[in-house]
Amino acid sequence: MNWEVVIPLILFLISIFVIGFYASTHLKSTSNFLQEYFLGSRQLGGFILAMTMISTYGSASSFIGGPGVAYTMGLGWVLLSMTQLATGYFVLSVLGKKFAIMARKIRAVTLIDFLKARYESKGVVILSALSIIIFLFSAMAAQWIGGARLIEALTGLSYIGALFIFAVSVLVYVIIGGFRAVAITDTVQGVVMLVGTLVILIGTVMAGGGMGNIVSTLAAENPGLISPFGADQSLTPLYVSSFWILVGVGVVGLPQVAVRAMSYKSSKGMHRALIIGTVVVGVIMLGMHLTGVFGRAVLPGIEVGDKVMPKLAMEVLPAWLAGIVLAAPMAAIMSTVDSLLLLVSSAVVKDVYLNYVKPEASDQTIKRFSIGVTTVLGVLVFAMAVNPPELLIWLNLFSFGGLEAAFIWPVVMGLYWKKGNASGAMASILVGVGSYIAFNTFMPNAFGMHTVVLPVVLSLVSYVSVSLMTGRKHAVVQEAVLLRLWKV
Amino acid sequence: MKQHDKPLEDDPRYRVANREALLGVGLVIINFILWYGFAYGIGSKPVGEYSYIWGLPAWFFYSCILGTVIVISLVILAVVFLFKEVPFDEEGDK
Repeated sequence: MNWEVVIPLILFLISIFVIGFYASTHLKSTSNFLQEYFLGSRQLGGFILAMTMISTYGSASSFIGGPGVAYTMGLGWVLLSMTQLATGYFVLSVLGKKFAIMARKIRAVTLIDFLKARYESKGVVILSALSIIIFLFSAMAAQWIGGARLIEALTGLSYIGALFIFAVSVLVYVIIGGFRAVAITDTVQGVVMLVGTLVILIGTVMAGGGMGNIVSTLAAENPGLISPFGADQSLTPLYVSSFWILVGVGVVGLPQVAVRAMSYKSSKGMHRALIIGTVVVGVIMLGMHLTGVFGRAVLPGIEVGDKVMPKLAMEVLPAWLAGIVLAAPMAAIMSTVDSLLLLVSSAVVKDVYLNYVKPEASDQTIKRFSIGVTTVLGVLVFAMAVNPPELLIWLNLFSFGGLEAAFIWPVVMGLYWKKGNASGAMASILVGVGSYIAFNTFMPNAFGMHTVVLPVVLSLVSYVSVSLMTGRKHAVVQEAVLLRLWKV
Repeated sequence: MKQHDKPLEDDPRYRVANREALLGVGLVIINFILWYGFAYGIGSKPVGEYSYIWGLPAWFFYSCILGTVIVISLVILAVVFLFKEVPFDEEGDK
């Protein structure tokens, strides 16, 4: 075992635990367990809000999978990854104040609480809870596998042993500290991600003898590597642009990101988060993917994309510094997993159990049940990750696109279009998810665009047309919804 | 929906929220134009004819580095000059 690399990782894990224990003191003293466990009592300030959004969004694919593809494809993939800059400001400015105000009017704790109040429909609630549980569960499994593989590669432990360490670390602080622990650890993890990015980028540029030198090495190997079209000329402008939907604006529809847009304390905090978030996401996405490309000039001939970052860190940095850099993908994975775990728990506890099974449950029961659900989910994901499917990045993108297609319009149109109604929302979720799965299976990357584009368009069309057609049927309910959500 | 016979006004904070959502959309459009224009406007010629800035191909420098800096500056300007603070508390202590 390489102790110089492992010690920074252990220190990182210990500090995460300390935060978990700190947050658990809030959870013990709170008067409203649900609000605290799933939403941190809406107390997030600007810096923490920005960091928790970015680090929840930035995952294994930003630090391991993405740079691995950039290594193969060249600067064109960095161009593609920069479509993610929009997530830094778009989610908060679009959901932003409206979502925060409406969520407070109805005391919403989860995204589904909002959908429930907005559409007053059992169908919408059940469909959305199901999509969250199914899609986020598979996203979570993919991330756990990534986390365990990383520990495996760094420490030489067996895969199962690594998975066990990873699972226990995450479960402990999520269970004892809830959302507050998740948000604060996300912040620490975000800082680790940011610092790690800068260190590895600088280290790689230095090892390659400066950017000019690296770029000419790449151009000599294959001019495609420094063109926007990719090493094999496969990155068409249309295909690359379609990622603006998948990882740029579509992120608005991701429940794990959207729920953060109702967790902040004041509009001042939100303003600060907009700026910090854009800077941080810009630096991380540019830095990590550029490092992946530059790595090709420093360390050519790596066959498996996922191994590029770990190998590069060990090659270009002193061991202890490599340990810090490799804590970054660890941090990215943990900060995504913890949020997903909490969100899936909230869908089970708040959206299914409290809505339809036992609405009159006491605070004590809710507390025991919530912690129980989080634990059971953790164990289930562990069991799934023991025998993992291949291709981490694509599994992750699948759930990503499916959720976006399901939620983007019910959330965005629900906030801004008064005529949107329950039938429209249901049609939008069904068409979005259904067509996403269909296109993914039968016609991936239809018409040269990423698979997510057409389902997002189709679900918008269904939302609007069905809402307009069924306007009369929902007139009475809509009147009440308008009164509750829009009027002073 | 029949809104014309409603005496109640929309929450006035929503006007601020709607405006800021549109600003967000505007920023994305500017972001996209800078990103696309620089990348494919400059980068579409044969690699042999590329010029370089800081050792990087010019298309990449302008699109991914300068473009990012411009967008971040625009976000800061928008937040400082165009975004308005509104109170969130419902319980009436503000």
